Formats: sequence, C-alpha cells, structure tokens
Amino acid sequence: MRTVRAVAWKEIQIFFLSPTAYIVGLIFLFLTGVLFVWNLGDPFPEASLRTFFLGPPGFITTGTILVMSLLAPVLTMRMIAEEQKLGTIELLLTSPVRDWEIIIGKYLASLVFFLFLLAMTGFYVILLFVYASPDAGPIYAGYLGLALYGAAALAVGLLTSTLTNNQIVAAVVAVGILLALFYADQAFEAVGGVAGEIFAEIGMTTHFYDFARGVIDTKHIVYYISVIAFFLFLSVRALESRRWR
Amino acid sequence: MIEASGVTHYYGPYPAIQDVSFDVRKGEVLGFLGPNGAGKTTTMRILTGFLPPTSGSVTLDGYDVVEKSLEVRRRVGYLPETVPLYTDMTVSNYLKYMGTLRGMPGSKIRSRIDDVIDVCRLGDYRKTHIGKLSKGFRQRVGIAQAIIHEPEVLVLDEPTIGIDPIQVVETRSLIQELGREQTVVLSSHILPEVSMICERVLIIHEGRIVAEDTPENLAQGLQGVDRLEVEVGGPSADVLPALQKIEGVISVGHRNNQGRHTYVIQAQPGRDLRDEISRAVISNGWSLRGMQMMGMSLEEIFLRLTTQEDL
Repeated sequence: MRTVRAVAWKEIQIFFLSPTAYIVGLIFLFLTGVLFVWNLGDPFPEASLRTFFLGPPGFITTGTILVMSLLAPVLTMRMIAEEQKLGTIELLLTSPVRDWEIIIGKYLASLVFFLFLLAMTGFYVILLFVYASPDAGPIYAGYLGLALYGAAALAVGLLTSTLTNNQIVAAVVAVGILLALFYADQAFEAVGGVAGEIFAEIGMTTHFYDFARGVIDTKHIVYYISVIAFFLFLSVRALESRRWR
Repeated sequence: MIEASGVTHYYGPYPAIQDVSFDVRKGEVLGFLGPNGAGKTTTMRILTGFLPPTSGSVTLDGYDVVEKSLEVRRRVGYLPETVPLYTDMTVSNYLKYMGTLRGMPGSKIRSRIDDVIDVCRLGDYRKTHIGKLSKGFRQRVGIAQAIIHEPEVLVLDEPTIGIDPIQVVETRSLIQELGREQTVVLSSHILPEVSMICERVLIIHEGRIVAEDTPENLAQGLQGVDRLEVEVGGPSADVLPALQKIEGVISVGHRNNQGRHTYVIQAQPGRDLRDEISRAVISNGWSLRGMQMMGMSLEEIFLRLTTQEDL
C-alpha cells in the first residue's frame, strides 16, 4: 500500500507541476463553461446543468462526457509510455513493487487530478444556487455520472499508455477507443435487433443518460466500475507482458 | 550468493545468451567483460528479474529470480546501462522515491539519503533537478539509487560508459569502495577497467562465456612479451630471414612505412626474445631503431578465446 501511495503521490506532484495538465485543465474548463452558458443563452433559461451534462439541444450527447473522452487520454498518455521511453520502467520493474501497485498508483493519481478539475466546475453549480433554485437531484446524480465516466475514460487511457512508449500514439488510440464506446449506442439504430442492443449496452453513453436525468441506478454504476476494472486488469497484464516481449 | 546455470535467452529467434553458467560468492566483485552486443545487458537484466530467462535458472541468495522475483528484487540494487532518472525530480526527492519503492521506512530513508549523498559526493546537488546535472553526476545519482536500500547485491551495467575520464576514475574508486562490503556484479567492455575493479572476470562473447580468469592473468596477456614490434635500419630482404632464423620466433611480419621498416615478431608464448633480436640486428651491422612490446589487444584476446587458436 505504501508503494501505491508513493507512486500516486509522485504522479500527482507531476500533474500539479506540469504545463500539460494545466493546459488540459484550461481547455476542459473552457469547453465545459461554454456548455454551461449555452443553456443560459435561451430566452427562457432553466436553472439546470442540462447542457453541461448532455450538450446543447440538437447536439445531444455532446456534453462534458465528449470533452472528457477527448481530454482524459491526454492526462494519462504520459504515465507508462514515458517510463518506457526514459527506461525508468526498468527501475520500477526491478524494484520490489508488484505490477498492479504501479498501475493502481498511476491510476489513482490521474483520478485525483481529474476529480480536482471536475470539482472546479462546481463553480457553475454555486452560480446556479446563488441566482436560482435548481433541482438538486439531477445535479448530484449527473456529477456522479461524470465522475464514473471520467474514471472509466482514464482507465482506457492508462491501458494504451502501457502498450506503447509513444505518448501521442497512446493518446490517439485511447481517444479512438473512447469514441467507439461513445458512439456505440448510435450503432444500435443502424444495426437493430439483438446485436444493436448489445452495442447499446456496451456503449458508455447509454449508461450516462439516467444520471443526467437524476436517476442513480446501480446497474449503471456497476457498468462503469466493470469498465474501470476491465481496463485496469488489461493494463496490469500489458505491463507484465513487457517482461516477456 | 548468485548461482546461474544453463541460462539462455532468446529475443524472438535470436539468442542473446546461450547456456551461461556462473556463480558469484558473497562479497565478491565479479566483472562481465565483452564487446558490445555480447549479451552483457541481457545477463544483468536476468539477474535483476527484469527479464525472465528463456531457459535455465538463476538463484540469488537461494531465491529463484522468476519464482521469487520480489524477494530477489528486494536484495538487489541495479544501475541499468542507460541511467534511468526522472529528470524533473530533485536528487533528494528521487532518492526518497526510490527508497520508498524499495520498501524502506521513512525515517530510515532520511538517514540513508544523507549517507549515499555523502558516498556518491552529491552534497552540493541535493536540491538540483536531475535534468540539470551533467552526465557524470547523473551516473552518481544512478549509483546512489542503486545502493540506497543497502542491497546485498549490486548490479552495475556499464557503469562508466559515456562519462569523462576524471569522472571515470572517480566512479571506479567509488565502485571499489562499495565492493569492499557488498557483492558487486558489473559489466564493461573495457579490459583495464575490469582488471582494476574486479576480483574475477568472465569473458562473454556472442552470448557465451568463453573464459573465466583473474584480472592478473588477463593483464599478463595484455602486456605479454611474446609479440614485439621492431624497427630496423637495413635491407629488408636480408633482415627478414635473419629475424626468422632466431630461435623461438614463430613468425615475422614486415611493414614498409615510407622507408621505415618495421617487423612484427611473434615469439613462442612466454618467451622473451628481446636480447636475441637486438644482438642479431647489431651483429649484422644494421641499426636497431626501436623495439616495443605489443601484447594483445582486447580484440585479439577475444579472437583467441573465440577461435581457440594461437595467433
């Protein structure tokens, strides 16, 4: 546990000292800010985070979850890929540290920084509560959904970072996987039938809608946690496989 | 301390090392000597548990490097060939991080950091970012991280590569100091370096151990008297047969370098023919302009060991 904490703490320090993380944070806050304000541009704006969660009307599901799908891989792309490039992976893997401790440590660090960014958007919530009286349910539920969605996106990013020593490749592949999972439910309409339903269930977007509507359903929580566990498991395996390659 | 038997490692279809067996006694300083690509780094990586051998087994302090990898890693300090450093960390933060990863308690880490910074003479650079250090100092930081947890075995892969001569000397004496208390395994392609530091040398070539010797014996080969370069003033048509006639000479090579005639004489192993040669030259009325012991270069030692022929 101490090693997990040491790995995580080192990575967190890097996040708060590195320009990349701040640029990602800036873009994240700018885009989510635009999404939040969109709603207020309406002649009769409603006091909610609807556009922040789900995107502008007519561009459904292009809300914060899409922003996260694009930015989460940028946060994680460095994590293992850079160690492989610098050769420091050789030190990590010859230290008495288990492979999963490395992965979990790195993952927790990215999660902390992501939750920090997400917490910054709490400013919008404060604004809403100061100037209006929004329905609190969908806001809390929506934030839980965002946190889970982002956590899953980070796990995907960590896997691709483990698979290559090129950060750009890691980020691009992760964005690809995330967009595929993001649009998987669209395939539902195209394919139809049982296959379509499977796509819809696999897709990460489908499981977010209920949160945005203020419904916390255990099955969606289980879904996101499964995705996280699955990709972290693959990451540990990928790191292990480095020894055999 | 370390026992390796029949270790083979393949990268894809290419064997990096084949059937390598050796053992290292506790407290010994063992050197792996070989040209680039001989399999030194692969051997080091297997010792430290970074790579599993394709076949064969290595135990360290009785623990198998594959089965009991964590136990092995706890006992080993490792400096890889490309010194792996987090360039955006300060020296002391880096050492603290590495200490924590090696499972040291916090209070212990603090006192050990002081020790290793002292030993590696990094005193003025504690708070310096590693990225700003010169290559030689980075090497010291690399050694510092390898010894911070007081490992029983220290594995150093090419510890003096790419640093300037003064720092090479310093690094060598540092390793010698460490070798007094610890078991050290190091690799190098520089014969004098290995002779200076190590008590025993394994010569590795094309993935196989071709010789095991003490540095004294190797050094003898280096400065041996059985190969001489002689420069003679006189007609080469006469000098050549005269030199060949001397008892104990195996072969004579002739080189005409813009009127300067030099002859490379190969004597029977161990025979010192300097007196005979100079007498032969003088008594023929020629002039002896120079004589030099050539010994064998590292490449020639390798060649001899790998082809199993006398030169």
